[in-house]
Amino acid sequence: MDTNNTSRKEFLASLVTTGLVLAGCSSKDNPFEAGKEENTQLTGEKVKLLSVDGQVIEVDKALLKPVPDLPPVSNSEARIGIPGKKFVMVIDLSRCKNLRKCQEGCNHMHHIHSNLAWVKVYPMEEGEHTAPYWQPTICMHCDEPPCVKVCPVDATFKRQDGIVLIDADRCIGCRFCMAACPYSTRVFNWEKPDTVSDELAKQPYSCESSVPQKKGTVGKCDFCPDMVRKGELPHCVSACPNGTFFYGDINEDSVTNGAETFRFSELIRDKAGYQLMDDLGTKPSVYYLPPASRNFPFEKGLENDNEKI
Amino acid sequence: MIILKYSEVEHTLTDEKIKTDLLPQKFGTRGKIWTIVLVILCLVGAFAYVRQLQKGLIVTSMRDYASWGIYISNFVFFVAISLVGSLITAVLRLSGVHWSTPLTRIAEIIAVAGITFASLIIIVDMGRPERFYHLFIYGRLQSPIIWDVTVITTYFVISILLLYIPLLPDMKIMMDASKGKGMYKLYKFLGSFWKGTPMQHRLSNKAVNILAIAIVPVAFSIHTVTSWLFATTYRPGWDSTNFGAYFIAGAFLAGSGAVAVAMYVFRKYYKLEKYITDEHFDKMGKIIVMLALLYLYFNINEFLTPVFKMKKSEAAFLNGLFIGEFAPLFWSAIIGGMLVPMFMLLFRKGRKPFPMFIAGIMIVVGAWFKRYLIVTPTLLHPFLPMHNVPEEYKHYFPSFDEWAIAIGSLAGALLVVTLFARFFPIIPIQETIEEKHEKEHDHQ
Repeated sequence: MDTNNTSRKEFLASLVTTGLVLAGCSSKDNPFEAGKEENTQLTGEKVKLLSVDGQVIEVDKALLKPVPDLPPVSNSEARIGIPGKKFVMVIDLSRCKNLRKCQEGCNHMHHIHSNLAWVKVYPMEEGEHTAPYWQPTICMHCDEPPCVKVCPVDATFKRQDGIVLIDADRCIGCRFCMAACPYSTRVFNWEKPDTVSDELAKQPYSCESSVPQKKGTVGKCDFCPDMVRKGELPHCVSACPNGTFFYGDINEDSVTNGAETFRFSELIRDKAGYQLMDDLGTKPSVYYLPPASRNFPFEKGLENDNEKI
Repeated sequence: MIILKYSEVEHTLTDEKIKTDLLPQKFGTRGKIWTIVLVILCLVGAFAYVRQLQKGLIVTSMRDYASWGIYISNFVFFVAISLVGSLITAVLRLSGVHWSTPLTRIAEIIAVAGITFASLIIIVDMGRPERFYHLFIYGRLQSPIIWDVTVITTYFVISILLLYIPLLPDMKIMMDASKGKGMYKLYKFLGSFWKGTPMQHRLSNKAVNILAIAIVPVAFSIHTVTSWLFATTYRPGWDSTNFGAYFIAGAFLAGSGAVAVAMYVFRKYYKLEKYITDEHFDKMGKIIVMLALLYLYFNINEFLTPVFKMKKSEAAFLNGLFIGEFAPLFWSAIIGGMLVPMFMLLFRKGRKPFPMFIAGIMIVVGAWFKRYLIVTPTLLHPFLPMHNVPEEYKHYFPSFDEWAIAIGSLAGALLVVTLFARFFPIIPIQETIEEKHEKEHDHQ
């Protein structure tokens, strides 16, 4: 088990670099049959790669094969998390104009019931004379998660990389976690999600992709660890045209929205980042940058809102 | 004066007369109709539950904000009402009160019925009832739900024993009376080992004493832990250190109200005037006044300080309760379910059987709605505004299925009490005879 984990980790570590190099390769070939093709014509063109033990090696281009989508990790592995990581999100409130592309992308990719949403965008106003702004919320992936504390069956759990996930195969649907969460981030599948096809429903549930959502269980934002394993960004991050969401690893001290990358500590320091309702002691992993010098007037967002305020 | 009258009545009773008076009797027409109505309500509830199992909790009106509705408030109500078993059997027994003997079994069967249906209704509320066993194989001690499962199971077992052990001597009497009849086998199965030897009496007394002591902390636990299901969260209206005591006080009041109602009904239809006397109503009435005052105190304690401060996060919730959409229900529950019964029972005339019956009904109905007001309004006032959700998510009014199941569960609990009274003596026969002998002895 342990050796498996180690080799997997090493494999994953080299994945991003390999992936870039492999971009040009044909994807039709089955990579697992590479050994059979012993008579591969060498092109003579060498490519530099980083080996699993950190050495730069040269390989003939013809030997490079594309890596297929990895099968999802097992649900017991998903409880442990990605070693050495501590994921974090920074949401820049000055960039949000309530387009809700984040919500759309997330709902689509997770096959969430059409009445529900894991990403929500709220019109906020602190006081009578203060300026209104749009505030997207996702699961805060708290370091002191009230939902995990109250779960009677360990169906929702905290991983060592900071992510809070749900095992929908274990959830008994008591909804205590929904009562406990002060951020109203958890949703319940009151019926079989209308977006889950019969075929999808038959797939085994994966804690890391939270798919397929199941009737009578709780769902919420999962911080997309399945995308991270592929070296990609969460759906909300890549869906936002305004670059509102920054995702990253606090251990690496970097966050990115795809187009821009910042040092997490500098961004939080320079823009006076804060956490939502941190006075409750929940220690959220999501940080907000205040809605100062906004890119759009608040009213712009009203056009996209279905609801009168 | 009253005490003299009381013993005079008892004096005229022979042992045989007591036995024939108290043995379970066949139901008359009204009893049969009552039973049939209860059975029908249970069946409608069962039908609604089957529908819910097929379609999911979508058949309820609960949605993401009001994620707990009348199933949970009904659960809290059942736990509350079951607490009276411990009050009458344990607290009064341990403090050496003898007048409550005829009421112990009524209180204990209400406790057993209440706690049984509390467990059932909590399963009804689960999104995945077929995974109930996960609580035992994956249970996490950190979760207040596991605490609740533990103490409720314990309370159930102790309550059953407190009902069963004192029933044993009566079982012998019933076996003698029912020879050759259908129920004989049941009585024999339940109690044929009871020979009434001094050793058995000693053991049974000891057991009941131990159980009566044990049930007090367990009873406090079940309702305190139930209150913690709410108080361990951050939400306005639940985030309160007063909650445990507030729940316990309310529970004793609700349960005593239920006992008053049951006393009246059994006395009237089983003609038990000699056993459940006006004296009993008078004393029970005084207890209810005391409990209502206690509950009033905890209500004031629960609401005065937050209203005084009117914190931003709690203001909308408090306004909703006191002057907003929940105000009519809230004030009805406070005034009709607590203040009016309390004032009625302050007067000697108010403590007569019929006014007690009315007061008891007001208390029980008020208590049911009070539990609803504890659960749902809080959920409809989350920290972040309800925005961009379907309109139905912002309000809560129970659906047909929820009403059918909730009413079915209430009918089920009443059915348990009714059927028990049909087949077992609702007033302990042996104990009544013994107490009469003791009294005669004291008299001489």
